[in-house]
Amino acid sequence: MFGFGDAWVFLAYALTLGSAALCVAYGIVNWNKPREDQSEELKEEAEWETRDPDLNEGGSR
Amino acid sequence: MNLIFLVLVVVAYLVVTGILGYLGFRSTKNSTDYLLAGRRIHPMVMALSYGATFISTSAIIGFGGAAAVYGMGIVWLTFLNIMVGIFIAFVFFGRRTRKMGHNLDAHTFPELLGKRYGSRFLQTAGGALIFCAMPLYAGSVIIGGVQFVSQTLKVQYEVALLFFVAVVALYVVMGGMKGVMYTDAFQGALMFAGMAFLLCYTYYVLGGVGKAHQALTDLAPMAREAFGKAGHTGWTSMPVAFSPYWWQLVTTIVLGVGIGVLAQPQLTVRFMTVKSGHELNRAVVVGGIFIAMMTGVAFTVGALSNVYFVNTVGKIALLAGDKKTDNIMPLFIDRAMPPWFVAFFFVTLLAAAMSTLSSQFHAMGTAFGRDFLERGLNVRAKNSVAINRIAMGAGIILSTLIAYALPRFYAGGTAIIATGTAIFFGLCAAAFLPLYVGALYFRRASREAAIACFSAGVFVSLFWLFFVHAKEAVPLGLCKSLFGRPSLFPALANVDPIVVALPISTVVFIVVSLCTRPVPAEVADKAFRGVKTA
Repeated sequence: MFGFGDAWVFLAYALTLGSAALCVAYGIVNWNKPREDQSEELKEEAEWETRDPDLNEGGSR
Repeated sequence: MNLIFLVLVVVAYLVVTGILGYLGFRSTKNSTDYLLAGRRIHPMVMALSYGATFISTSAIIGFGGAAAVYGMGIVWLTFLNIMVGIFIAFVFFGRRTRKMGHNLDAHTFPELLGKRYGSRFLQTAGGALIFCAMPLYAGSVIIGGVQFVSQTLKVQYEVALLFFVAVVALYVVMGGMKGVMYTDAFQGALMFAGMAFLLCYTYYVLGGVGKAHQALTDLAPMAREAFGKAGHTGWTSMPVAFSPYWWQLVTTIVLGVGIGVLAQPQLTVRFMTVKSGHELNRAVVVGGIFIAMMTGVAFTVGALSNVYFVNTVGKIALLAGDKKTDNIMPLFIDRAMPPWFVAFFFVTLLAAAMSTLSSQFHAMGTAFGRDFLERGLNVRAKNSVAINRIAMGAGIILSTLIAYALPRFYAGGTAIIATGTAIFFGLCAAAFLPLYVGALYFRRASREAAIACFSAGVFVSLFWLFFVHAKEAVPLGLCKSLFGRPSLFPALANVDPIVVALPISTVVFIVVSLCTRPVPAEVADKAFRGVKTA
């Protein structure tokens, strides 16, 4: 089939294409899931950043 | 190929890479930016960065060349790359890693494990292992990139080595994770375009998909004549079960890299760079397609190169490449592709090597800087980023020395790129995978179990590499000098370390967890806060 010498190699190609299709389908179906409340995380991260001083070099100043 | 055209393409590529690296540098304000790109990376950039880091010149030149020897059976690895390396990694590991990483304010993979198990030792030892072992993998990636650069531009290996490392080092050390991920996304897009053209043109040259496969199937007698004694049956069929070729294909390549990807520190840290769980779901779309186009194409084209070389020079690919698997893909591109594409593919390979290398440099630097020096040895400085930058410099020098010395040590064309990659992937899987799964899914897991699992994984892997697995034990010679024979267990000399070390470290983790007390409830509660919904 498709010029392959044995079924195992054919199966490897079929599963490769199938798994790529699974990734696409999963990502689209779950595009906006799970719905998470980000406010708590954002608050915590802002707090950590105050304890994490800016660099003395580089930076966007 | 027109050298001026090639130089123009390379300069254009380097200019864009430089600009993106500079943007990363400009927008890096604190250590969260430097280590995790501020936890605000777009899912598309994250997916391309993950994929481009995952796929190096090892996958294209090293494993593509291996496909020219082993045949299309190696495509099982592509299936595992997508299913395990993308789908399972993102959906079952990624979302929890991101959430737990946030809960524990972890910035690196060893820091996540150390904080989850309440063990400073684990973070320190994990960082040390990554810093000691990753230069071998990084060295392999450098060799792949530099060999191609030096062959194509006709410059000395040492000159190409210095130039190549200096460019990557500059934007990684200065731009941190933002510099790495911005450039990765650009490099990933180039790689996608290059591999898509390579696949289409190869089928075009060989007369179409079915015809090309059939022509390769018809070459089975030549494959059996060359490799039949080791179990080869043809390039479009699997080797004889349990033959030396079968063991090499299944254990070293398929299992070694396919499962090992789950516990790669430079990949897992990327899950912590996006701001929410659904962004990881979006990234799965891009990641799945990207990996299929990378390894799937390299393996297919590598195997099909046999048809091209038999038709044009009357030799199978390995003989056309002077019996060096690493020569096969560059030679095929040079002979079979249109001249303009040789220049473009040169940049594709450069992008593949640089994107992987930049992440390795970053992971090595943070492992040594943040995990080993800052957490382990309590080294303090005015800003943490400076320590990580210096540590990164140390890792870069070490990797460069390996890339300088290894080709001399392994002269003779054994597939050093693929071997170096497989060793690192296997070592990480045995040392980290069981305790990483435990960290994400089992509240009951104990600190003692995590430490025992890590130690067992490292010890068994190294023992197997030095004293049993012929591929490393024979050239290293330690077993021969201590015990007077090349391998302690000749019957198992073809079995990859991961096949033995991973089950042992897993059993150790489970047994010790059952016999010891779980981590304190407050540590587990903090780690698992909101995890089920993530």
